[in-house]
Amino acid sequence: MTTAAQSSIENRKSKISLYWSLTKPLQTGLLLATGLAGYMSARCPIFNMGTILGVAGSLFLAIAGSTVLNMWWDRDIDAKMGRTQKRATSSGLVSENEVLRVGLILSVIGVGWAVAMDALYGLIVFAGLFFDVVVYSIWLKRRTAWSIVWGGISGAMPILAGRALGLGYVDWIGITLALGILFWIPTHTLTFSMKFAKDYAAACVPTFPSTYGLGFTRATIAISSVLAAASMIIAGIGIGMAWGFLRLLGVLSAGLLMLAVAITFKPSERVNFGLFKYASIYMLAAMILVVIEVI
Amino acid sequence: MKMTPLHRVLLLVTGILAAYQVAVGIDGFDALPIIAYTIAFGVLLVAGILLIIWGFDVLDSPAVVIVSTIIPLSLSLGLVWQHASFRTSYLVLAIVGFLAVTLTRSIPAPGKIPTIVLALVHGIAGMTIFLLPISLSIQGRTQPLFSLVGVGGALIGLGGLLLSFLKAGRPIVSRETILNVLPGLLLLMTICFVIGFKFG
Repeated sequence: MTTAAQSSIENRKSKISLYWSLTKPLQTGLLLATGLAGYMSARCPIFNMGTILGVAGSLFLAIAGSTVLNMWWDRDIDAKMGRTQKRATSSGLVSENEVLRVGLILSVIGVGWAVAMDALYGLIVFAGLFFDVVVYSIWLKRRTAWSIVWGGISGAMPILAGRALGLGYVDWIGITLALGILFWIPTHTLTFSMKFAKDYAAACVPTFPSTYGLGFTRATIAISSVLAAASMIIAGIGIGMAWGFLRLLGVLSAGLLMLAVAITFKPSERVNFGLFKYASIYMLAAMILVVIEVI
Repeated sequence: MKMTPLHRVLLLVTGILAAYQVAVGIDGFDALPIIAYTIAFGVLLVAGILLIIWGFDVLDSPAVVIVSTIIPLSLSLGLVWQHASFRTSYLVLAIVGFLAVTLTRSIPAPGKIPTIVLALVHGIAGMTIFLLPISLSIQGRTQPLFSLVGVGGALIGLGGLLLSFLKAGRPIVSRETILNVLPGLLLLMTICFVIGFKFG
């Protein structure tokens, strides 16, 4: 192999690695897991490999596409924040136009694939992408701290889409599952905005801590944690989850509530970090329980 | 001391086994034992997750003493309720014991009262978990493997002892040794409980 060919391969590998990081694999993976769990919760014939791959593929592309588009749009504010200034978009490692093209291509293929599978499913996947990119990022993120509600609604779409695909319609359980995600997202993002408050202030992005103060933010985290846990348990009952699994969901929810109480009455950097991490583990565990229950 | 990947794996497996026990391992029991075991294994599960997230430094928190009292107290309560005749007395003892530990650790108490209360509560709960299953197995009232619950009780006692020495600042072995051993000890203890309840 010539040196030029080797160099070309290395460049491609490096670029793929850069774009992979732009899809925020952990966050995308977690949202993908909620979509698959939503689909399986419908207790439809889940071992249809074509459909499962379709759900996984379309959701992955749509979520990854919207994430890349967010990165493209936020590249100027990312460059001002210590936490994000090394991202490929804000550090100039990839060209702006190329990122936009990749984001659009991923999004179009993802949503197109979803629409081809089922119109309702495709519509909900598109709604998630629209709320995330247009409403949350482009319209509201730089204007109001309440933009996170729309980010939350967007994050709730994969689980609703998955369940709607399995059933063929939207039911109260799907909406409750979506509410579980919607209320879980502030627990996750507000702890994050408290940890990186200076970064957000430097980028002039309004957040709950900077707009309403830490006390109000902590109270919001506590209330949203209670609502998230309650929604997941109600949805679990609705799905017909076995008592043992509901017990386990209750235990995990109690851990979430305990940390929410701790952050309200005995706030510290450690508790903040613990709640941030635990919230992710909680949601992943809840999704695994939904899947195991059905299998 | 920094937690190693091996420690995290051991704690993760402990958490998974505790989760299994909550979800599947206690099905079919009466209401109170189910509640008691759910609390015991639930606390073990959540504590394991938090230990993975926060690392060993979290063991320096004063809340650890109270949380680590819940596990033996609720486990012993479940065992007594299922297999012994002094159910109500033990339920009262468990509640009073827990409140006593919480109060003496939350508000200033004179002299050695907090230590005495803690030793008494842990001692009674630990001996119950250790002796009751072994005694039942020997009498033939349960399967022989139920004695593993007693072995788990001995291990939980050992873990509690090591943690107490650590918190008292007078460890019989070094802090590093205790922390190195703790995840493995927790896993071994949980394995004993899971097997003991499953086949006992």
